[in-house]
Amino acid sequence: MTLLEVRDLTVSFNTADGVVQAVRGVSFGVDAGRTLGIVGESGSGKTVLTQTLLGLTPGADISGSARFDERDLLQLTEEEMRHIRGERISVIFQDPLTSLHPLYKVGWQISELIRAHDKSVSKKDAAERAVELLSRVGIPRAERRVNDYPHQFSGGMRQRAMIAMALALSPQMIIADEPTTALDATVQAQILDLLLRLQRESGTALIMITHDLGVVADIADEVLVMYAGRAAEKAPKREVFYTPHHPYTKGLLESIPSSSAAGDRLRPIAGQPPSLINLPSGCKFHPRCGYVMDRCLSEEPDLRQVGESGFHNSACWLPAGAAGLSEEAEELREEAVHEERGEAAAEVAEAVAADVPGVAVVGIEGEGAAE
Amino acid sequence: MSITEVEFEAQGAEAAQEVAGRRIEGRSQWQLTWARLRRDKVAIGSLIVIVIMVALAIAAPAFVSLTGHPPNTAYPITGQDAAGNPVGPGTNGFWLGTDGTGRDLFIRILYGARISLFVGVLTTAIGTVAGVAVGLMAGFFGGFVDNVLARITDAVLAFPYIVLALALAVVLGPSLSVIIAVISFFAWAGIARIVRGQTLSIKEKEYIEAARSLGAGPFRIMFFDILPNLLAPVLVLATLYIPQAVVFEATLSYLGLGIQPPTASWGNLLSDAQNFYQQAWWYVVFPAAALLITTLAFNLLGDGIRDAMDPRTERVLAGRRRRKRRKPRASGPGGPTAEFPDPVRQVAPPTP
Amino acid sequence: MPASTGPADTAPVSTGQPVALEGILEEDVLVRVEHVTKHFPVRAGGLIRRTVGQVQAVDDVSLVIPRGKTLGLVGETGSGKSTLARCVAGLVPVTSGRVIFDGRDVTNLSRRAMRPVRRDVQMIFQDPYSSLNPRRRVGAIIGDPFAIHRTATGGERKRRIQELMERVGLNPEHYNRFPAEFSGGQRQRIGVARALALRPKLIICDEPVSALDVSIQAQVLNLLADLQQDYGLTYLFIAHDLEVVRHVSDSVAVMYLGRIGELGPRDDVYDTPRHPYTAALLSAAPAADPDTAAARQRIILTGDVPSPIDPPSGCRFHPRCPKARPLCSEQEPQLEPRLGDAPTHVAACHFPVEAGEDLAAAAPARSEVS
Repeated sequence: MTLLEVRDLTVSFNTADGVVQAVRGVSFGVDAGRTLGIVGESGSGKTVLTQTLLGLTPGADISGSARFDERDLLQLTEEEMRHIRGERISVIFQDPLTSLHPLYKVGWQISELIRAHDKSVSKKDAAERAVELLSRVGIPRAERRVNDYPHQFSGGMRQRAMIAMALALSPQMIIADEPTTALDATVQAQILDLLLRLQRESGTALIMITHDLGVVADIADEVLVMYAGRAAEKAPKREVFYTPHHPYTKGLLESIPSSSAAGDRLRPIAGQPPSLINLPSGCKFHPRCGYVMDRCLSEEPDLRQVGESGFHNSACWLPAGAAGLSEEAEELREEAVHEERGEAAAEVAEAVAADVPGVAVVGIEGEGAAE
Repeated sequence: MSITEVEFEAQGAEAAQEVAGRRIEGRSQWQLTWARLRRDKVAIGSLIVIVIMVALAIAAPAFVSLTGHPPNTAYPITGQDAAGNPVGPGTNGFWLGTDGTGRDLFIRILYGARISLFVGVLTTAIGTVAGVAVGLMAGFFGGFVDNVLARITDAVLAFPYIVLALALAVVLGPSLSVIIAVISFFAWAGIARIVRGQTLSIKEKEYIEAARSLGAGPFRIMFFDILPNLLAPVLVLATLYIPQAVVFEATLSYLGLGIQPPTASWGNLLSDAQNFYQQAWWYVVFPAAALLITTLAFNLLGDGIRDAMDPRTERVLAGRRRRKRRKPRASGPGGPTAEFPDPVRQVAPPTP
Repeated sequence: MPASTGPADTAPVSTGQPVALEGILEEDVLVRVEHVTKHFPVRAGGLIRRTVGQVQAVDDVSLVIPRGKTLGLVGETGSGKSTLARCVAGLVPVTSGRVIFDGRDVTNLSRRAMRPVRRDVQMIFQDPYSSLNPRRRVGAIIGDPFAIHRTATGGERKRRIQELMERVGLNPEHYNRFPAEFSGGQRQRIGVARALALRPKLIICDEPVSALDVSIQAQVLNLLADLQQDYGLTYLFIAHDLEVVRHVSDSVAVMYLGRIGELGPRDDVYDTPRHPYTAALLSAAPAADPDTAAARQRIILTGDVPSPIDPPSGCRFHPRCPKARPLCSEQEPQLEPRLGDAPTHVAACHFPVEAGEDLAAAAPARSEVS
């Protein structure tokens, strides 16, 4: 059953330098017990998106809806939202140090959180629950460590404590915003492992925001790829990784070092992400896209069904069947590009090819590797 | 306001910054600051007031020829009434009236402005240069150098400065140079302390290490890498110190230990005026207003520059100034307490 | 260079006593690190500060980097990899040991004596935001090496700066812009241009792409590879991302708590890791491939990295090691070839991992150690 249904969410900020269009018309759903991975680079709007759901973007212009358990999160008052946050939806942030109060003991913070939401719990019960939660997230000798202050915890332990806090009120959904980015690989593995295990135990829905495709490959069920405030591609995990449709998704996958043999040249995406104040026309990815066609310059594609599964959506003008890394798919794409690329798009394509050596651009020989 | 909440707000501001992304494209820090400052009506108003005040001070001799009233010339006939009291504004060609000895008050205020602004700007300049030098060296070299300089700074800041200033003025005899020396002496320490702190934090940046890895020596690093990053905070400090220096000078002159008659200064004008406050309101009001407007303008301008430079104060909302921190949220039933914020609440709450 | 063929050609060698040169000619070695140790004193107390301990950031590390090759240095927070790099760069004095650069002992030289060496050893930093002075123009930043070493002035300097900008893929017309006007990837290119200015022999890359977005990472990695080829550069490449290190390196050193745990040609280390820590790191690295991720047996290490102030006895990894036995806490393992490996592939482990051994299964047998 769909726990959270976001429709056409748009968020913008009015700054002195212009309107920042952080999120533009994003829709998605999360089912109970499932994990949605939201992938995007800095400035893709992934963090603003989830902060908006929790009412954490003061001063933003927001439109759209976000139904969570029969209620629209975007319409709630601050008071109602406070009850949702923590009790129903909790959040784990990248840097636990800024979320844990430095001057209070970790255990006290957890038990106080429990008591803040349910006054009927006695102090003793809440304290016991804090110990239980800390040991559940794998903190050794939890009954002693509850009396530690956050600075006495290592980075990984703090993140565990944050997870314990997120679990304290048995929420239906957890939003994890880059929870492992600040951690070392071996500790990241521990934390991902823990999140997966806890999710399986409790049936919580999880939204995992990350820039790391490896994290998504590991724990997501569905994946939402964001670019410039919009959903570029939305599909079950395997389809995103094995039959990507959007050139941005494909470019991301191809630019990771593991995708090519060691020592070979990598295949980067050209250019830089756009400014959210001054977005390009048409498809926002077109100035970096090797498949740019004429209509990409003027019309922005919406998410539509592509591929064969019925669950695979992509916001790209390339033919719906042209999903994947296979040669057939590439031929389909090239065919479409040859038909639909006029002079204007050809100019853009040349600029893309000239940007960095090694970028593959359909229809341009030598792949721009002139240097 | 709990520590965490301050951090939360800071984080919110960073998030907003990140959202804005490359919004500062095409502009240097100073251009950007100026662009923000230009939208700040209060700061621009203050700047205009300061410019007018400076222009008037510079143009004081022109007003002398215009009115025909030199600053130190008394007019016992036209400038005083039958009882020997000052005449009011607009009387006999005295625009703002006269002072206790029948001199043109307007002209004397202008000449007072020359002294006040000169002392204010010069002492601030001396104090800033000295403060930056001391703070930079203390912060950059650290260790023994820092220990010695920081102790001296602390000692100066700990002095009861009015008392010391009075003592110095009495011992050395009141004069313009003594005034400048005394005010400058107290100006540098506060700046040095802040510059030292800034230097300590800038010293840890990677670009300093980059400069070291290129083989740059300590003085090159101090002047080329650290100093440019200090200019912004120092400019704010200096702008905010000028009014303090002006008031300091006025205070000393008021107490008779500063600028000596017949030379006019706002302080000694006010000092003389107190004998006439029942007969001649203008004698008190106009010099006091000049002092008030000038110091207020400098303070507001300094605040404006600080806000324009610190991107945190801009936040996501154009035009919403955040001079004051918001009060912590009241802890509603079932809600987290103010001291103990909701772990989820990472960003500042929206203002109602 | 007659005798140098095969993997030995590319591998740095590090053993306990005098650094053996298996198949590498002396003149092919650019950097030789001999038993370098770096301890930072820990001070406490208010007015009277006294030393209460030593952070053993780097402890008896030896390695060599052949000319024109890339040595990847891998390790987690606190492994000492950045400190080691700074010792090599002469940015922090070493406590003991020697750093030999291009046949010359450059250990703890004075700033003046170090100056000529600085031209040959450059650094690229991790954070493209804090490694460029925000108040200075890009032209001035890239021109710094020329100004400091007084090698080019005026129009000549400007011409060379613009050449450099063009070489790293920046628009030379942006000479007068400030760093804030560039994106993260472009800023890192500015850092690369600065490092390249004096045509150094060695560039130390300290996590040069870890702060960049994925799509930009590849651009910078390609650039670094091109520059290496064109100018015959030698890289000491520090990263925590194992895929990036695999991509760029000829040989790899894995550090843990200030020591080298394993060292060898890239493929040897990645394909047959001998040190359990290397194996755990490799298994923990996230793979952007759902099937690989699902099939992989993760070795979940227990606990956290211990404090380098008071490192564990014996093998420093033993409190977290799934294979640890009593010997490991008593005796320190030497860095030497294990299980019949080539002499260039060395590991410091008493009980090295055999090919195909299932370490993940061994892990739960141990109790939590923190």
